[in-house]
Order: sequence, then C-alpha cells, then structure tokens
Amino acid sequence: MPKLNMLNKIQMKKLRSFAVAALVAIAASGAAYASEEGGGLLSANTKVSNIASLQRGARLYFNYCAGCHSIKYQSYSRLATDLKLSPDEVLSNFAFTGAKIGDQIVSNMPADHAGEWFGKVPPDLSLEARAKGPDWIYTYLKSFYLDPSRPVGWNNTVFPGASMPNVLWELQGTQVAHYAPAKPGEEPAVEKLELASKGRLSGEEFDETARDITTFLQYVGEPAALQREAVGVWVILYLAFFTFLAWLLNKEYWRDVH
Amino acid sequence: MANEGVNQGRRRFLTGTTAVVGGIGVAFAATPFIKSWEPSERAKNAGAPVLQDISKIEPGQKVSVLWRGSPVWIVNRTKAMLDTLPGLKDRLRDPDSVASDQPKYAQNIDRSIKPEWLVMIGICTHLGCSPEYVPEIKPEPFDPEWKGGFFCPCHKSRYDISGRVFQGVPAPLNMVVPPYKFVDDTHILIGVNPEDKA
Amino acid sequence: MASVFTSIGNWVNERAPGLMPVYRKHMTEYYTPKNFNFWYYFGVLAIVVLVNQILTGIFLTMFYKPGAATAFDSVEYIMRDVDWGWLIRYMHSTGASMFFIVIYLHMFRGLMYGSYKKPRELVWLLGMFIFLALMAEAFMGYVLPWGNMSFWGAKVIISLFGAVPVIGDALVQWIMGDYNPADATLNRFFALHVIALPLVLLLLVVLHIFALHEVGSNNPDGVEIKKKKDPATGKPLDGIPFHPYYTVHDIVGVGFFLTICAFIIFYQPTVGGWFLEHDNFIPANPLVTPPEIKPVWYFTPFYGILRVIPNKQLGIVAMFASIVLLFLLPWVDRGAVKSVRYRGLGYKVALGLFAATFLLLGSIGAGLTAEWIPKLFGAKADVTSIEMHFGWLLVVMYFCYFIFLWVYTAFGLEKTKPVPERVTAHA
Repeated sequence: MPKLNMLNKIQMKKLRSFAVAALVAIAASGAAYASEEGGGLLSANTKVSNIASLQRGARLYFNYCAGCHSIKYQSYSRLATDLKLSPDEVLSNFAFTGAKIGDQIVSNMPADHAGEWFGKVPPDLSLEARAKGPDWIYTYLKSFYLDPSRPVGWNNTVFPGASMPNVLWELQGTQVAHYAPAKPGEEPAVEKLELASKGRLSGEEFDETARDITTFLQYVGEPAALQREAVGVWVILYLAFFTFLAWLLNKEYWRDVH
Repeated sequence: MANEGVNQGRRRFLTGTTAVVGGIGVAFAATPFIKSWEPSERAKNAGAPVLQDISKIEPGQKVSVLWRGSPVWIVNRTKAMLDTLPGLKDRLRDPDSVASDQPKYAQNIDRSIKPEWLVMIGICTHLGCSPEYVPEIKPEPFDPEWKGGFFCPCHKSRYDISGRVFQGVPAPLNMVVPPYKFVDDTHILIGVNPEDKA
Repeated sequence: MASVFTSIGNWVNERAPGLMPVYRKHMTEYYTPKNFNFWYYFGVLAIVVLVNQILTGIFLTMFYKPGAATAFDSVEYIMRDVDWGWLIRYMHSTGASMFFIVIYLHMFRGLMYGSYKKPRELVWLLGMFIFLALMAEAFMGYVLPWGNMSFWGAKVIISLFGAVPVIGDALVQWIMGDYNPADATLNRFFALHVIALPLVLLLLVVLHIFALHEVGSNNPDGVEIKKKKDPATGKPLDGIPFHPYYTVHDIVGVGFFLTICAFIIFYQPTVGGWFLEHDNFIPANPLVTPPEIKPVWYFTPFYGILRVIPNKQLGIVAMFASIVLLFLLPWVDRGAVKSVRYRGLGYKVALGLFAATFLLLGSIGAGLTAEWIPKLFGAKADVTSIEMHFGWLLVVMYFCYFIFLWVYTAFGLEKTKPVPERVTAHA
C-alpha cells in the first residue's frame, strides 16, 4: 500500500509539473507578444476592464479617429452596455447625426473621397488591436514626426510611409526626427524623435491619452474579453474542485490494486 | 485485486459526489450552447424600438410599420369608429381583454393610450396571418352587421376596430398590443413602455 | 430509483441481448495493464478533444456562413453578436491546437514503449491514418475564417500539389475550382471540414479502438499481460478491468486537462499568436501577402523540412516521405524488445535525438530559429545560410532515425536488457 501511494504521488507530481510547465509556456508566449512583433515597441500597459479608461478612450476615439476610420463590427448599443453608459449618452456624445442605437459604427466619410484625400481608404479599426497588438497601436500613436517629404507632411517610425497625419498633434505637440548618419546608398534611419513644439498636454498626460485610445481599440477588437475574463475564474475553480474530487475517487478505487 | 476491507460507503459517497458535481458542470457547460440560440445582438438591434411619425396619418387611415419582423398597425380612429366599441360587448369573446396580450395601460375598451390612436400587432391570433382592414360601417358578406374592424382572409376570423375578436371564429384571443409610447404629440416609439407606466 | 434503472436495463437487454457483451468486452472485462503511467492519458484526452470539436463545430456551423464575401464577417458575428459565441469559437480553436498536442504526445508514447510493434501494427496504421485525416481536417478548418493567413496558407499548401509531375497545375486548379483560393474553394473545404472528414475520422477512431481492444493495451514495460493469466479465473494477472479502475483514473486526467484548456480559453485564447494568428484577424486579401507566411504551429515540423530544401519537387517529396516513414515504423524496427526501458542505449539516444529534431524542425518552420540566430551568433550572422545548413542537418537526422533503427535492429547490434516476466509497478 505505501508503495502504491508513493506511485500515485509521483504521478500527481509529474502531472502537476507538466501542467505548470504548460502554463508557464503559455503565459510566456503571451508575454512574448510584444517582442515578437519586432523590437522597439513600447509597452501599452492597458487593462480592458478599466471602464474609466475605456470611456475616456471612446471619447478620444470619436473626437479624433472616427471621422475617417470605421469600427464596423461594433454597435452603439454594445458600446453603451459594455462602457456602462446610457443609450442616450452614447448617441448624443458619440454618434453621427441620424445614427440609431442599434447601428454599427461606420465613419461618415465617403470612401471614394477618403481615397482622394489620403491616397488610400482609411482602414476599418475593429480588429486593429488583434492584428497588430495593443503595444503597436500605443507606440504608433506616439511615433509621428514631421517629414516634409511625405504628401501629408507627417511620417511615423513604427509604420514608415503611413498615409495618415498626426491627428493628435495639438495634444502631443510636434516631433521631429534626428537621423543617424546614413550609410552609402541607403536612406538615413531615424535615430530618435524629439519634441519640437509643445502641445496642450504634458508628456505623461499624452501617454495616458494614447493608452486610453489603445485600451478602447483593444476592447473594440474583442468586446467579449470583459465577459471572458470575468467568467474564467469560476470555470477554472470549478474544474480544479472537480479534478480534486475525481482524484479522491480514483485513490479510493485504486486501493484494490496491489 | 482484493475487495476485502473496502469501505463501500465511502466509495459510493465519492462516486455520487463526483457524478453530481460533474453533472452540474455538464449543465453549466450546456448553457452557453443553449443560449447561443437566443436572438443575437444583431437581431436585437434589428428589433430595436421603431420611431414613427404620425402627423401625416389622416383620420380613418391605417399605417403599417415593421417591428421585429411583424407588421405593427397604427390607426387614426374617428369618433364614429370609437362609438361602435361599447355596443359590441355581447358579440365578443374577450371584450375586456382579460385573457389577451396587451400592456396594462392598453387594457381598456379602446385598447390604447390615446383612444384615437390604435397601435397593434397586425397578426391574427389564430395561425399568424395578417388580417385585412375593413373600416366601413356597412353590411359585409362575412357579417351583415359589420361595424368596421379587421377580417382575416385565411380562416375568417373577425375583430372589431380595437382588435377584439368576435365569437364564433377560430381566433381565440384579441390581437396583441405591443409596448409603445408617445414621444411627443406627433411621434410614437414602438417597442418601449412609457416611463411612468413600466 | 435503482429499480427503475434495473427494469429499464432488463427491458433493453431482452430486446438487444448483444449490447451487454459489447459493453463488457470494452469496459468491465477489458483487462488493462495496471502499470499505466502519465503517458497513457493522451488516448482518452484525444477522444475528449474530438467530442469537443464535434459539439462546438456543430454549433459554429449554425452561425458561420461559408463564402468569400460572408465568412470573415460571420466569424466576427459569432465572436461579438451571438450569445456566448466567442466561447464556442475559442473552444473550437483551442481544441484544434490541443488535439495536436495530445496526438503528438500519444504518438511519442507509442515510440517510447514500442506500441506499434507486433501484435499492434494495425492499431498503429489506423492511428497514422487518423493523423493524416486530422491534418487535412485542421488545414481546411484553418481556411474557413477567411482571414489573410487562411487565404495565403491555403494558397501555399494547395500549391504543393503543383509539384505532381505532368498534371500538377491542372490538379491545383481542380482543388481550388478557380485560379486562386476563392469562393468555390471555401465552399468545398467547408463541406469537407464539417461532414466528410469528421465521418472518416470517427470511423477511423472506432476502428483504432476496436483494433486495440482485440490485442489489448501495451504498457510502459512492454510486457504482454495476456501471457500470464490466473489459472483459476483465466484473467491476466497484471490486468485490471478498464471500468471502473481506468475510468476513474482517466477522469482525473481529463479534469486536469480541461483545467489547462480553460485557462487558455479564458485568459490566453490566441496564445500569443500560436493558436490564433494575428494576421488572420485581417480579412483575406489576394493583393497583400502577410509579412511572415507560415502554417499553424502543428504543421511546422513538416513545413520546416519543405522550407530548408532548396528544390521544390525534392522538398515536397521529403515532406511526404517524412510522414510515410512513420507508417512503416513497425517494419523498420526489427527489435524484439518493446519498451525503451529495456532497449539498448543506441535506441534511447536515437529516440531523444529524433524528438529534438522534430521540435527543432518545427522551430525552423515557425520562423523561430530566424529570431534565435542573431541572438546566438550576433546581429551580423547570415540568418538564411545558418538556418539552411542547420535545417539540412536536421532533415538528415530525421531520416537517419529510420535508417539507424533498421540497421540497429536488423543486424543484431542492439544490446537489450532482460524484460521482466511481469509488469514492474504495482507489483
């Protein structure tokens, strides 16, 4: 009997260490998200369950982004539910004229005009955070600099050749690029960005602004994340309890086996 | 393999507990699958309250609006139409709308908030056809004493101008009144109750 | 209550007297070695995942709309608008990856304890057919969301058939039903994914289990428990009834496994882009190839072989050969001893190297080595060249496993240890 118990214990230990290894690997691969997308991305440090940040982010999004970009998979009604706002608040603060609460959030800029103005149609941002990652968005929002060689006068270190101007320049101020000495036959590379003229916000305040927008887009990428994270704990606790019961049951039956 | 010295009680208890806890787990796991058949967010949005301008509806005229895939009728009833209502009591199956489906605030003889405005789901309570609007007070082939109302061509059910069903027809109940409210004098919002009468 | 069940049972038994013998054969009188270890959980876990895939798949089919114009939107509809649709989808997508984790460990168990050897060759062959069907099933399922990785993945994998001599190009067009992966491709893949291949898979799984129960399970000692029977009862001395002993045993493993799955589903559903790739959240776009085009992780070892061989035909032949050789394993390995515990040192080393080779080929296929090389050899290292040469070494090692195994066992080079008469644990 003692030998059996020991074996059982060894088995449990093996199981446990396997589970721990698996969880660590999964968590690590999740953490590696940022670095995987290429070096130099700042950590967005967002938390989708932060409703206040989401509300600020939504306001910023509708003030600065929604004019050109749609988030067509998101509806106003879902926004109201998840951001804990009343339908009237959402419609009066965010919605374009004539939008109904059940509508999807599409930009009111005609697509062919957008193509004329920017050279390409501004992409839908519903899944931007899922495709590029929150760190990318956060860094992108902070990495605009003046570049007279571009049609719109702006460029971006994260997304060189971006067709979009820095819509947040009033808040951030304007950045200029310092270039590293160019190697022969190559374009000079941007070494660092420097604030040339101040905006309405301090550096930290602007970081917060960029983070709020990122949080909002992360939410829009997966509105279910709020529910997912809330439910998950209970499912895992239940399964752990069930496994424990099954383990007791198994131990009881295996007393027969010598 | 030896069964001597087995604590059968403990074994049975553990088996039972694990089975019950597992069963609860299965029931919980089944819930998302069952719930996924509920009207989706999109369907709910498509079924959102509908705002209707009623300023252009002439007296005696009927307008149909689509709400949640069903026709909702808005009838601007005349004084003459409303006057027919009290006299029909003996010929109706549920004159006081006791068994029928309508919001509390519309459970009255004219089945409405404001008597001249009838708002009703235009679906026969028999098998789901949409009845015809026959407003004239004159003898009809299906009823020589017709006082105006609705006639279902499918199985000849008849309703008065408040949607109350007559006796001797297949339809069991009066037609359904949806929740609605007056946003102002000229606009009706179909699908929500008035704030003061929820 | 109990009597109600008994009388229902009697009623059924009178009308279908063949049922109870089947139940007994596969459950209460299926004698299973009592020394199963950790590695013997993965068979039942594979069944659990299969059931999960079928159940969640049926529900996804209720909301998914095949078609190039509708597929992507309908997946987002499931993720956002359907009540709990996100959970059903994540269960399915996580299940796909977990399926392969479980199957690979299950197969490795077979290699370790010689479960493919006589008399279990048929079990192994059926298992390999399951693996093939599963790869086809997973590939077609991966195309269905019609994201950009779906599109380009489909394009690359279907192009492999272009290497078939003479009819290659025609074959590729026939598979796609268009000049590129398109609406027609998506529709036929949908049909194959939701009905044709699941039927094949289920049939194969049933045959796999029946074939196993004919010959009985192997065990970590590689001892045939049927050889030592109790003279009085005729039951194997080292065998215990599958039910209840291994049912309760497996429930523990399943509970553990589901806990891990739940953690992934609720807290890391994309697993950092490994289970659900970032570029697949961009709708299919025939004009823009994603910057890194690679298959999902479970195909990467085979894709790695394809990638490092600089000749299209040869690469494809090597890739298919790497799978075909696994089918032939029972005849490549001539050794009499099953379990790695009692096999020669040469086998232990070879098996370890084979497993490492498989993982490293996977890292090449997944583009991981391209990230590691600059860290190991400095930023100036020639990534492509190092990766290529290292890859060749790995491909050679992969095939050498089979050659070595045949030479080692066919010519009596293996020095095995004596195999015990009875199983060692629980003795």
